Amino acid sequence: MSKTKERIVIDPITRIEGHLRIEVIIDENNRIVDAYSSATMWRGIEIILKGRDARDCGLMAMRICGVCTGTHYQRSIEAVEHALGITIPKNARLVRNLIQGSLYVHDHLVHFYHLHALDWVDVISALKADPYKAAKVAERYSENPWENSPNKYKAVQERLKRFAKGGRLGPFANAYWGNKSYKFTPEQNLVALTHYLDALEVQRWMAQMMAVWGGKNPHPQSLVVGGVTCVKDLKDPSRHALFKELLEKSRDFVNRAYLPDILMAADAYKDDALNGVGSGLGNYLAYGGFRLDDNPMYKGKTLFPSGVVLNKDLSRVIPFDQEKVAEDVTHSWYKYEGTDKPLHPFEGQTNPDYTGFDKDGLLKVEEKYSWIKAPIYDDTRVEVGPLARMIVGYASGDERIKSYVNKALKAAGLPAKALFSTVGRTAARAIETQLMADMMMEWSDELASNCAQGDLSTWTEFDYEELTKGKELKGYGLEEAPRGALGHWVRIVDGKVANYQAVVPSTWNAGPRDYKGRMGAYESAIVSNTVVADKNQPVEILRTVHSFDPCIACAVHIIDTKGKELGVYKVDPVGGFCNV
Amino acid sequence: MQFFSREHMKNIFTKPTNYVDTNKGEKYYKSLYEKMRKRLDELKAMKPVREHDIKFEKALDMWELSRRDFLKWVSATTALLMLPPTFEPLVAEAAEVMNRIPIIWINIQDCDGNSEALLRSSAPTVDELILDYLSVEYHETLMAAAGDQAEKCLEDAVRDFKGKYLLFVEGSIPVGMPEAFTIGRHPETGVERVQRLAKDAAAVIAVGSCATFGGIPAAYPNPTGAVGVMDVVKGKPIVNIPACPHNPANSVGVIMHYILTGELPELDSLLRPKFAFGYRIHDNCERRAHFDAGEYVEEWGDEGAKNNFCLYKMGCKGPFTFNNCSIIRYNDGTNWPIGVGRGCIGCAEPDFWDKYATERPLANSDIHPPGLWGVEATVDKVGLGILTATAIGIGIHAVASAVAGKKEETK
Repeated sequence: MSKTKERIVIDPITRIEGHLRIEVIIDENNRIVDAYSSATMWRGIEIILKGRDARDCGLMAMRICGVCTGTHYQRSIEAVEHALGITIPKNARLVRNLIQGSLYVHDHLVHFYHLHALDWVDVISALKADPYKAAKVAERYSENPWENSPNKYKAVQERLKRFAKGGRLGPFANAYWGNKSYKFTPEQNLVALTHYLDALEVQRWMAQMMAVWGGKNPHPQSLVVGGVTCVKDLKDPSRHALFKELLEKSRDFVNRAYLPDILMAADAYKDDALNGVGSGLGNYLAYGGFRLDDNPMYKGKTLFPSGVVLNKDLSRVIPFDQEKVAEDVTHSWYKYEGTDKPLHPFEGQTNPDYTGFDKDGLLKVEEKYSWIKAPIYDDTRVEVGPLARMIVGYASGDERIKSYVNKALKAAGLPAKALFSTVGRTAARAIETQLMADMMMEWSDELASNCAQGDLSTWTEFDYEELTKGKELKGYGLEEAPRGALGHWVRIVDGKVANYQAVVPSTWNAGPRDYKGRMGAYESAIVSNTVVADKNQPVEILRTVHSFDPCIACAVHIIDTKGKELGVYKVDPVGGFCNV
Repeated sequence: MQFFSREHMKNIFTKPTNYVDTNKGEKYYKSLYEKMRKRLDELKAMKPVREHDIKFEKALDMWELSRRDFLKWVSATTALLMLPPTFEPLVAEAAEVMNRIPIIWINIQDCDGNSEALLRSSAPTVDELILDYLSVEYHETLMAAAGDQAEKCLEDAVRDFKGKYLLFVEGSIPVGMPEAFTIGRHPETGVERVQRLAKDAAAVIAVGSCATFGGIPAAYPNPTGAVGVMDVVKGKPIVNIPACPHNPANSVGVIMHYILTGELPELDSLLRPKFAFGYRIHDNCERRAHFDAGEYVEEWGDEGAKNNFCLYKMGCKGPFTFNNCSIIRYNDGTNWPIGVGRGCIGCAEPDFWDKYATERPLANSDIHPPGLWGVEATVDKVGLGILTATAIGIGIHAVASAVAGKKEETK
């Protein structure tokens, strides 16, 4: 490292799920020239799943994450259904889409306002805003802005003033307020801050939506291998009506606050978008998801197409093949036994090999430095997430996705290349939220009319003992979680889980260097054309890292203490008396 | 390694503290009222954390909340805390002095489910007020600062509110493998962090099943040696608010209780507040009548499911689980797991992942808690329609204890 270069450490990265540390190297002009992403927590859920009845995995696998809650649940159940060859009934498919859809709108909204917005919005600057002008500003980005009135903005300002006067800012304390990298006017800041507070209420409606069909949020409980259990609610027209009412209200907020606020950001941060600040790898992967018909898994139409786009080339989509997924541990705190090559999830092993920090308390970046593995697709590093979904959909020529993306680009007055940036990543999430809310209206109606016509089937009958006795079965549940491509791979021997591996969105994105020294998606995005205005307040780094909506609990779920075969442990978790 | 002993199971199921005394008599409530009155006056004389006082009426106007919504919340909270309605004015007043109690919330081996649950806080319509008026000094998921600046928020709060703050812990603590969690520029492990911050706290509140009993990371074979807060923090008052995730009504309830009395609420043998965990799910279940009538769901989606029959045979662990979710439910009362046709998985009980979280009733697993052979036997008989409705009306605990008692005698 040359003397003019400096290392910046951010730990903890806050406003995310879990524990993430970022270290970057800046040169004498404050340009970021290198970056390292490290997860500093793990738990070991996959080893815990080993030896259990495969039907019980869903509830436990869901606890991989309390944010993308329910999405792991669904993948786990689907992996088992795939292994057993079960096709679920129409009602079950629609209920699952609606539960997962509720999660999308909820997760994206909370992410934008409560976890990400403060990278774009200077809260203190909002104090200087003119509430009358703020109302005018809001009209610039929406024909009918959400609860737009000077009185409302004034009230928010009053509340904020009391906060600031009190001397302690609570959750708003010690942030990078006043940093030159913030580009909103005081009025724009006030509008966005007001929506930040309103969104606290709106996100509760979205959580209620999930509870209607899922029982509760977070961690719903209505999915089982073969279908869903919420028959009582499906029979009740008032439950369908409640869901739709909540959805309509939520969609209203998405259209009149969330989307306009994104347009406002795209306007203020236009140069960043056009200069590709935070663009990253330029390779995008989607597993595809949200089933639109009742064909067997992976044989029907899906809302999000699967595929791979390389080098930002929208003219070509490479078909996705799950066999080409692998994980490498050269720079991760694990070691492989018998090989040093990346492994496919069916063969995955995860033996911890913690080598710690160096004597200055910094990451040993030449060696191992993260609890996350480095996933590789067909020997390429890729990015996953809403942007990847929109790009793969767009490049696939999907008319629905194209129309939503084009509409937003037109409203922002930006070319498609603006998508390849931190701004684009954040915008893709909002565009997708709008698409999802519209699709859910359709699914909700389809479900209500199917139930009203007397179809109350929710579960496909199967005999678990018969199907699994003396057999080895393999299955995978591949879908799109809010944060990106999520896959669970399961091997079942004699009805018990023999191996379980998940390759999840934040593993793809937050992974460290691989065996060829290639960067992961966060690392690559941080170094993409980024200069920090003030190295003591690196808000630019937060903005780019947060644009991925990091979820570290998801990414560090794995541990297999010795890579042992099933049978070495005498596991009888249900029985409760376990001996090693 | 024996994973858990029969003795341990017996303790869980037979501790008499699991039952709540909801009416403690006029004398008790009178002295409690006076105590709370005094405490509130003391708090009012204290400087608020944020050096401004809450003008409650004004705040309500500002947020277009009606007095009625607020009063609804007050009466719900009063009931939650098992206080008579005469205490409502005190609870209302307590809401106004909540900002005297600073809160530090830390995450260790977590999935953020409890923070997410807090965000959905179903204290009706006034929860943004609560988010605002609780003085949250550190919360990684919500705070604006990051890195060194975030750590400074924490250090400032610990220094300024030494001995006064409530420390909320979410997530388990890996003691078998401390390196499974580190945080900060100068990496600190989970054990170090919890112990350091607990030292200067007024009390420690463990939220969610991971922070209380180890939760999912502690499920067999517990690869990181994960434990709950009470296993690493000694010499401090600790409250456990288990469930996966915890119900935010219960954490708000604990805070309110602390504000009203300066003390933690009455706890059971597992350090859970009795106001929340004194109820057996089964005893307040909407499907209870079907249990009593011997009507069960026998297979997902069958005729029984279509008629909302009891989920016991589909693995519901409501009869063995103490929590108030059958009363307050989730997400503003929208639903709860049994409502949605999936049995209780016992998430407020220790070791539930290894004991309860299956689709099969306990009778079909190898676990047979003392006294519960009886319940299992009874259920099968009920299913066959052998017992008469009158006999069943006694309630499962009565039946269970009678049968269990008989079993003990014959040993």
